[in-house]
Amino acid sequence: MDRFLAFVRKEIYHILRDWRTLIILLGMPIIQILLFGFAITNEIKHAKIAILDQAKDTHSKALIDKLLATEYFILDEYLSNESEIEPIFKKGNIKEVILFEPGFGQRLEKESIAHMQVIADASDPNTATMLLNYTKAIVTDYQMQQNARKKLPFSIDIHAEMFYNKELKGVYLFVPGLIAIILMLVSAMMTSISITKEKELGTMEVLLATPMQPAVIILAKVIPYLLLSFINAIIILLLGYFVFGVPIHGNLMLLLAEMILFILTVLSLGIFISTVTSSQQVALMASLMGLMLPTILLSGFIFPVENMPWPLQLISNIVPAKWFIIIIKGIMLKGAGIGLVWKETVILMGFLVFFILLSIKKFKPRLT
Amino acid sequence: MIQIHGISKSFGNVVALQDINIEVQEGEIFGLIGPDGSGKTTLIRILTTLLLPDSGTATVMGLDVVKEYKNLRRVFGYMPGRFSLYEDLTVEENLELFASIFGTTVEANYHLIEDIYKQIEPFKSRRAGKLSGGMKQKLALSCAMIHQPKVIFLDEPTTGVDPVSRQEFWKMLKSLKKHGISIFVSTPYMDEASLCDRIALIQDGKLLSIDTPTAIVGQYEKEVYAIVSNKKHELLQDLRRYKDVESAFLFGSHIHYSDQKVSFDPRELIQYLEQLGHGEIEVDKIEPTIEDCFLALMGNANKTADA
Repeated sequence: MDRFLAFVRKEIYHILRDWRTLIILLGMPIIQILLFGFAITNEIKHAKIAILDQAKDTHSKALIDKLLATEYFILDEYLSNESEIEPIFKKGNIKEVILFEPGFGQRLEKESIAHMQVIADASDPNTATMLLNYTKAIVTDYQMQQNARKKLPFSIDIHAEMFYNKELKGVYLFVPGLIAIILMLVSAMMTSISITKEKELGTMEVLLATPMQPAVIILAKVIPYLLLSFINAIIILLLGYFVFGVPIHGNLMLLLAEMILFILTVLSLGIFISTVTSSQQVALMASLMGLMLPTILLSGFIFPVENMPWPLQLISNIVPAKWFIIIIKGIMLKGAGIGLVWKETVILMGFLVFFILLSIKKFKPRLT
Repeated sequence: MIQIHGISKSFGNVVALQDINIEVQEGEIFGLIGPDGSGKTTLIRILTTLLLPDSGTATVMGLDVVKEYKNLRRVFGYMPGRFSLYEDLTVEENLELFASIFGTTVEANYHLIEDIYKQIEPFKSRRAGKLSGGMKQKLALSCAMIHQPKVIFLDEPTTGVDPVSRQEFWKMLKSLKKHGISIFVSTPYMDEASLCDRIALIQDGKLLSIDTPTAIVGQYEKEVYAIVSNKKHELLQDLRRYKDVESAFLFGSHIHYSDQKVSFDPRELIQYLEQLGHGEIEVDKIEPTIEDCFLALMGNANKTADA
């Protein structure tokens, strides 16, 4: 045990004394999340919309005027019936269609409730949600203006519908995706580099010639990086929550536990890479090419897996980040409990066990 | 203490060691002497359980280097050829780390390393990477000694170290010997051979000779002459073209020359050199050194290989 602690202390010294790398490791998540966050939530202006006004009364006209008075929307055309909605979306330049039910104003006056529908093209999910939110905000604003003069307040019910991507996959996806990528980077890359570094510098040779068990050497390396990765994950969560308002609907403890599971999985991957590479450069390249690219491209972080050709969909199954993103998205955005994500959790555990067994099998107690 | 029987090792097509047999007694300084690439490091790595031999067996303190490697790793000390401590840890932290790896403390075994460590103790809070070559060697030796091993393996400990530090280092080895520690040391420097109790000369993975340094020198049958002249550059070539030459090798500013004939007459040689325009010729009979023996043994080995 003393041996183990002495080794953990040594690893912590290594990390703390390489302060340049430490600053990069801790600063990277902050910079990345701000970059991605602001790039994705950038304001949308002049989105083309179509309107199907089946009421054509004062309230619907007033609302349309109010909508078009903003710089967000540009009217492309008025539609005359519902069958035109689908074709106009297919043409591709319309981002949103707004529908007013027949007798919109009348019902608002008489029944105090009227319905309108907003259909957005969610193949670009971020734009779709944002346009939807703009529309809602404008309608709510109108509602409040009207209610200020009324005894009996009325409400406009907006029925929102997403075309092409009904579940709105991709919304807030950058936070779960970023957590996956940062953890991948810190955990897998740094462990694989740190182990190969010892091989390269020859310190592994000295360690092997001591009673130090390989498992202890590796475990002692994993602990500080687990800690560092966990801190990073927390930073991203906090930034996502406070700066970008990414919700955490599910159980926080479950979320943290799943994050630790994913960190362990990628750590085991990093260890595996280090057992099959002999230099820091090879380990770095293997981590970047073998882990980062698939994680960014195939995990569903940027490109929805559903839209990929089937061979890539098949390959995406062996990208641990894909499963982690499903889990974390489920917990954060949908409030899922373990009951909904147990399958993905089991898959991640499978990866973990697989890579640990493989590493133990591959780890040589001697020089090669 | 160390028994090596018929150890062979190849890397692909390259034969690194060929049928090596050595026995090292308890408490002796045993030197493995040979040029770069002769197989010294490979042999030490096999003895320190870091490499597997292709054939043959070896035991260190009665423990087999292949089957009982786990137990063996507790009892020997090892200092690899390259400085292999943590450069971002301080002198003290490195030493403490190695103490805890072996489940001991610096205090418990301080007496053993005191002579060596007190020289670098003033720098104990300095990072190991910032030490000079000589101090690095002392730290590495301290770390290899901290668990009170009965035998230590040193792979070229003095390579890349200045002459003063080299001398100091050998003094330290002598003092370790007083603690009853057996030392297996490799070096490419022939002049260090005489500091060992016994030496093995190795070349191209084959042992040329094992004996005490004096016995090896004693085996040298030929007389050796140190020769200088004012035409240094031509001298070696001219001597090698001489009709009765056995061998001629450059040793610093001199050339060590041996003749084929037992009744060698220096005057004949001087005459030969004068004809070729050499002046200020000096021919002195000297005691053969280990290097002379080594070069002669090397020459014999090559001749047998050619035949």
